[in-house]
Amino acid sequence: MEPSGPRPIRRFAPSRVFVYTVLVISAIYFLIPLYIMIVTSLKGLEEVRLGYIFQLPMHITFEAWDKAWNKACTGLECLGMHTNFWNSVKITVPSVIVSIAIGAVNGYALANWRFRGSEFFFIVLLVGSFIPYQVMIYPLVLLTSAIGIYSTLWAVIVVHSIFGMPLLTLLFRNYFASLPAELFKAARVDGAGFWGVFFKIMLPMSLPIFTVAIILQVTGIWNDFLFGVIFAGPTNYPMTVKLNNIVNSIQGVREYNVNMAATILTGLVPLTIYFISGKLFVRGIAAGAVKG
Amino acid sequence: MAHVSVRDLEVTFGNLKVLQNLNVDVEEGEFLVLLGPSGCGKSTLLNSIAGLLEIAGGQIWIAGDNVTWKEPKDRHIGMVFQSYALYPRMSVEGNLSFGLKTARVPKPEIQRRIKAAADLLQIQPLMKRRPFELSGGQRQRVAIGRALVRDVEVFLFDEPLSNLDAKLRTELRVELKKLHIQLGSTMIYVTHDQIEALTLADRIAVMHNGVIQQLASPKEIYRRPINRFVAGFVGSPAMNFIDAKIKKANGGVSAVVDDGSEVSLNGYAFGNAPNEGQSISLGIRPEQLSMKGMNGAPTVPVTVSLIDPMGADALLWGNLGKNMISVRIGPEDGYKIGETVRPGFDPASASIFDAESGARL
Repeated sequence: MEPSGPRPIRRFAPSRVFVYTVLVISAIYFLIPLYIMIVTSLKGLEEVRLGYIFQLPMHITFEAWDKAWNKACTGLECLGMHTNFWNSVKITVPSVIVSIAIGAVNGYALANWRFRGSEFFFIVLLVGSFIPYQVMIYPLVLLTSAIGIYSTLWAVIVVHSIFGMPLLTLLFRNYFASLPAELFKAARVDGAGFWGVFFKIMLPMSLPIFTVAIILQVTGIWNDFLFGVIFAGPTNYPMTVKLNNIVNSIQGVREYNVNMAATILTGLVPLTIYFISGKLFVRGIAAGAVKG
Repeated sequence: MAHVSVRDLEVTFGNLKVLQNLNVDVEEGEFLVLLGPSGCGKSTLLNSIAGLLEIAGGQIWIAGDNVTWKEPKDRHIGMVFQSYALYPRMSVEGNLSFGLKTARVPKPEIQRRIKAAADLLQIQPLMKRRPFELSGGQRQRVAIGRALVRDVEVFLFDEPLSNLDAKLRTELRVELKKLHIQLGSTMIYVTHDQIEALTLADRIAVMHNGVIQQLASPKEIYRRPINRFVAGFVGSPAMNFIDAKIKKANGGVSAVVDDGSEVSLNGYAFGNAPNEGQSISLGIRPEQLSMKGMNGAPTVPVTVSLIDPMGADALLWGNLGKNMISVRIGPEDGYKIGETVRPGFDPASASIFDAESGARL
């Protein structure tokens, strides 16, 4: 038997057309700068000077990328950004691990082990996350120099770990509080202690929130400029600081192609994280959505 | 000595006193059901026994040990939760063995106990599955198995069947009862479902507002409820309450309903002699009212307003003055709406409560 009656769904409702138009236009709007950057970075300096910024390169060359990575000059030094790339890695990896580890344990303790004053502690942490951190920079400079790590990578790592704590604690606390309380009780009856519950029950269920935390922290710390320039010291500058110095130091001609290549190189890590974890994020949420 | 003993228990949430001076003793091998509406403190009591709550005062003894300050794992208890609370990232086998592994039980012993529990609960084919691959009934079986393998003295159940559909609930209820007979362990079971309570329990503790109203056998609770709350909470369809006033004449006692009709109460065993003119609530269960004339039994006049067919029998709803009355009748009995019937009852099986305090007279 044929279905009868009017079809309820129109495939191209006017509202749909409107939504997609807006989406496509904004996508193009945001992609144009990226297009210009990639195209320019692949041109030679001669071609850049012609000024046709939308035109595809006539001769594709990777000179600018090579120069940005190995030879770009700031002041008298012409080493490119590769050492700074590794500085950024050395800052980001331990900072992300330490801050997430602290945030996860804090959040778990606050959500599941109500101790005397835990509410107060939580409020203090929250207030802490609202204080602009510029206020704390000078005390932190004094502190780090007092313990002798100022102007080293360690200072940057410590500072990032401290400033990551409030937000991550809040994030993890809310996530752990949203997990069924009976699971925690069941594990307690089964004899698991503080760490047993954390590692064997809670962590295996926490992929989604860890993905979120890693995205937040990697991009946040990688993109940081302020703490890098203040605490790292000239030899340890992270990539962002180096990029700024390359773009701002002018010797003769402005090498737009090199600047573009250097900028893309700096942004590559957060971009990769977004592309990889986007999928992981969805998978993590799908796996976590199964009720136990 | 009692197997589980709760003495002067006090639990507070902030300034709110949830439980106060609560005492209850459970004998070894007994099946005790904590029954009450949500918010009555029954789960709080169970969690206190399990050691999952910080208590403000009192003591808890299990199997002769004072466990008041002991960790849940050291209390010889196993617990089954309403939401099953299976560890989602572990297989059924992992779920069953988790407690044993944390207690460092040797591997062959773990295998032996898991096998025994799986045989008992018929979950052997599920051992490698994850919780999300199981149905509700299977999950609850695994949850029971998790308590079973730990070889405990006392089983605590926190509304274990509430998340299941009606048919499965009945099946698992029967299985639970068999399990109790088979194991002979002490079990404490929280529920708001009176059918579960009446079928499973050796004794029922009916709770309301954090206080145990009555602690007695299901029969006693059903037949001789100690106050109006217990009477109204236990029984489905609920007990009829008829507002009336006591009238004493010729050495007999009767109740005068607001529409003027008089019902004899001769035969009822009063615990406290009632006063002339005292306001009472006459409680009669729907099945205690009979349409077939009982010899000389008092009757109540009821104006029929609705017939509810319920399969095996039917429920007749009618009015007596301002009171709504239900009477259990046969499924084929024909009564007309608007007609007045006179079902009879035996005053000896009725319950009479003081209208103000609600206490049984």
